[in-house]
This record gives sequence, C-alpha cells and structure tokens, in this order.
Amino acid sequence: MAVLVVADHDNASVRDTTHKTVTAAQALSGDVDVLVVGQGADAAAKAAAGIQGVRTVLHAESAGLGKMIAEAVEAVVTPLMANYDAVLTPASTAGKNFAPRVAAKLDVSPLSDVMQVVDASTFVRPIYAGNAMETVQSNEPKKVITVRTTAFKAAGEGGSAAVEKIGGADAPKTSFVGEEVVKSDRPELGAAKIVVSGGRAMGSSEEFHKVLEPLADKLGAAIGASRAAVDAGYAPNDFQVGQTGKVVAPDLYIAIGISGAIQHLAGMKDSKVIVAINKDADAPIFQVADYGWVTDYKTAVPALMDELTKIGK
Amino acid sequence: MKVLVPVKRVIDFNVKVRVKPDQSGVDLANVKMSMNPFDEIAVEEAVRMKEKGLAEEIVVVSIGPSQAQETIRTALAMGADRGILIQSDTDVEPLGVAKLLKAVVGEESPGMVLMGKQAIDGDNNAVGQMLAALLDWPQATFASKVEIAGDKANVTREVDGGLQTLAVALPAVVTTDLRLNEPRYASLPNIMKAKKKPIDMKTAADYGVDVAPRLKVVKVSEPAKRSAGVKVADAAELVSKLKNEAGVI
Repeated sequence: MAVLVVADHDNASVRDTTHKTVTAAQALSGDVDVLVVGQGADAAAKAAAGIQGVRTVLHAESAGLGKMIAEAVEAVVTPLMANYDAVLTPASTAGKNFAPRVAAKLDVSPLSDVMQVVDASTFVRPIYAGNAMETVQSNEPKKVITVRTTAFKAAGEGGSAAVEKIGGADAPKTSFVGEEVVKSDRPELGAAKIVVSGGRAMGSSEEFHKVLEPLADKLGAAIGASRAAVDAGYAPNDFQVGQTGKVVAPDLYIAIGISGAIQHLAGMKDSKVIVAINKDADAPIFQVADYGWVTDYKTAVPALMDELTKIGK
Repeated sequence: MKVLVPVKRVIDFNVKVRVKPDQSGVDLANVKMSMNPFDEIAVEEAVRMKEKGLAEEIVVVSIGPSQAQETIRTALAMGADRGILIQSDTDVEPLGVAKLLKAVVGEESPGMVLMGKQAIDGDNNAVGQMLAALLDWPQATFASKVEIAGDKANVTREVDGGLQTLAVALPAVVTTDLRLNEPRYASLPNIMKAKKKPIDMKTAADYGVDVAPRLKVVKVSEPAKRSAGVKVADAAELVSKLKNEAGVI
C-alpha cells in the first residue's frame, strides 16, 4: 500500500530534508504521496509536486497548520492514515512534535530518528546519543516514522505530481503567541555543505562571532557551536550541533576550539570530511578528524583565511 | 494546581556506553544510573512553580525497576511531595508508558504534566506527545520558558530556526528542553526529609494497562567508527589537502 511523507517547507519551497524523506519512503513503497500543511503554502505544494517519484501531493491549509501546531497537524494526518501503511516526516522539531501524537492516536509504537530502512518492517535508529545503533522490527499495522535525513540521499527533481487540496484543521486548545526567527544570510545549519563550528575556547560571544563569521562567509558556510559554547552564552541555541542540538552531515565540518565531547560528536560524526583545529593535542576531536591541526585558533584562523584567499576563495 | 512529573532512571550521562558483545543491548551492569537530565529540569521547574505559589502539590511518577525508587527519592529531595513507582523489570515502550501515565492522570487529575522531552537512553522523544494525544490535551514540547497565566500556560519552545511561543489551555503536557533552568542540588536536610516522604508501589496490572512491547529489538550494534586521519603542520598544507585530496573546497 502507499506511504505518506509530511513535507518540511518554508511556504515558498520544500526543504531538502523532504527530498531525503521521500528517498526513505521509497524504500517502503513505490507509491509515495506528499502532504504539505501550512498557510499560504501553494508554492511549496507545487515544489513538492516536482520531486521525482511522488505520486500525488495533498495540500491542507489553516492558521494552526501555518505554525505547525502539533494538534492541528495530527488532526489532518491521522484520518488520512486509513489510506496509508506508513507516514514519514523529517526528524525536525516540527516532525518530532506531531509524529508521536499521530502514533498514539493510531495506537502504534512510533519509530524515531530512523537512519536506515532494512526492509518494510525493519529499521535502524540511534540510541544513547548515537553511541549504539538499534535494529528494530515493527509489525504494527501502521508505521509512524521520523527520519534522520542526514542519513539519506535527496530524491531528485523532475516529477510532475498532481496537487490535490484537502481540508485543514486547527487546534482549539492551543494558540500561537509569537516567534523569534533568527535571520541570517548564511545557509541553514542543517542543509549547509560546509559548517564552521566554534567551542568554549573562544572565550566570549564577541570573539566567537569575530573569529567565525569572516571564515564562514569566505567559505559560504553555516556557523555551528558546541553545547559548551552555547551554555556559556557565546552562541544562540539554534547554532548547537550535537545530540541535544542539530545533527549535521555536511561535506566539510571545521571544528575550531572544540574538544569533542561525546554529545558533540553525535551531532557531526557523519560529516564527509572533518577538520579539527585545537591547541590541545589530546582533545578527543582529533580521533574523528580527517585533518587535525594542533595549534591555537587565534593564529590559525587568520592564516587559514590568507591561504583561502590565495586559492581564490 | 497539582503538577505530575514523570521521571526515568537512565544510565548517567557521563558514562561511556558500551554495546554488549552478543548485540543484545547496552551493558548496564555496574554502571552509574541517574535521573534522566531532562526530567531533572522538569522536577526543578515544578519545584520553582511551587515556590512561587503556582503549584500546590508535586507528584513524581516513575516506571522502572525497584531501584527507580532512588530516582524518585532524588526528586523528593529536590522538593517534590510524594512518589508513585510503577514497577517493571522489562523496558516499557513509549506507547505503554503513555498509557500508564494516562491512567495515573485519571487518578491524580493534575493541572499539568511536566516532563523531559526525551530520555537519553532510548532517545525516542515521544512519551509527552503521546500522553497529550491519549488525553486529548494540548502539548507544548521543548520548552525553554513556562509562564502560568490563569487557565493557560504560555510556553516558549526551542524550534528549528529560533523560538516559538504558544499559549496552551490547562490541563496540558509540557516537555522540557535544556535551557529551561539549571536544576538544584538537593541539600542534606532535604535528602533526609525525602526519606520520610511516601512512595506508592504499583504495577502495570494495577492500572489494567497492557504494556507488552510492539517492537522487536533485532540487535544493538556499535556505530560505524571513524578513524583519526592525518595531522597537518600549517594552513597551506590544510588548504591544499582540502582542495586537492578531499575536494571539498
């Protein structure tokens, strides 16, 4: 039977994480529909229809859906599950918020943070902050899955699915009060090809930004931070890379002044290439780094900037 | 208002996790166990609500082996009033936990269930949301700020890209994120006092809840290891390797 993917989008377009979730869904069934919920998300629904391999796009609108309020999203998804064997969504904060709610309504055990689809009923997921991998078998009649998208390749473009409007829903007991969205010209941390991250060694918020921003801009990179740097107030929480923050897997991850606590490694060890710059030669970060440079970041970052300029960056 | 705080006994967050050689799970023999850190934040928040006069009673509930009494005692020493232990020697899945908590909510009628967003063993991040669904209550997950305003709670949530504030009608389920507060250390007099606070001993059968697992753990394995690469001497060597060897810039 068919499977449903609930899209992650910003109204104008669908995020790459949706394409990756479609890939995970295709391992379960050839019939993949995508649900776009939001407010003013016509463009996103159209973009979802262009993902390769998507059969139909369902599009629901309401104020509550526009804010991804879990009760509203669940109220749209649960009745649709009569037509699907499984629902998958990226393990974003929005996905983690509504997916277990759907599972409870369906009286099934959810599967969180799936990294591999072994077969239609067997999945691999990280436990203990990624220090162990659990292979679980689910014979539930409906499967509710959040996907660790960094573990999947993105489905391509070039599809031409039909978009079908369906009814929305709202959350009568929950109302939206406000939001603080961090505005940045840099790529999103979760989607960036290059991530430059700083740790507690930076010593202050001013230093953190002064050191990392020019380097990030030179490389077209997103900025990340260790939990220690976030806890010390050098960087906002949404910069946090790690088990308690974001899990990233860019092509290049540059860790500057980060010791490499287990919880940080859990968030970046799937990066393609890891560079560590740290003056402590015994820092655990060097055990996972492809290229380690034992030096003080204070002199290393300016030298690195000069060399990048030389090759035309 | 009564506040119900579920707490879980888990491997201490500082302990290095080792997978058993037979791949049946993680080695928990002789390792330090503690209260799940997110639950500790939930207990702290409930105690602060009580100190401000916003909560009258804090009831702590745990589902786990008899040693989970220690976890409940820790919460009682922090300032909770009484405990309930639903004894289970096998691991209960989030769905079963949510059903048991629903039954406890039915008996206790709290105005809020305040709990950790996830346990650091299974990392499911599911029970709070599932409990809210079973109760048909609103939910506010990943809270970094909780303010009670009459019959509502204004909750600021840590979401991708920033913060979101929702107003949820009480009763509601609120799950805690790391920056909500810094939990206190219990004082010695409070640890002594906690020994006299009551803990009700129960089983899943007392609530008539079926907690049989729905998922079968096929195996637990070590994650793929990365090996350390090479050391570079200077910026020129690093940039050259990134450009010519790795091809990532």
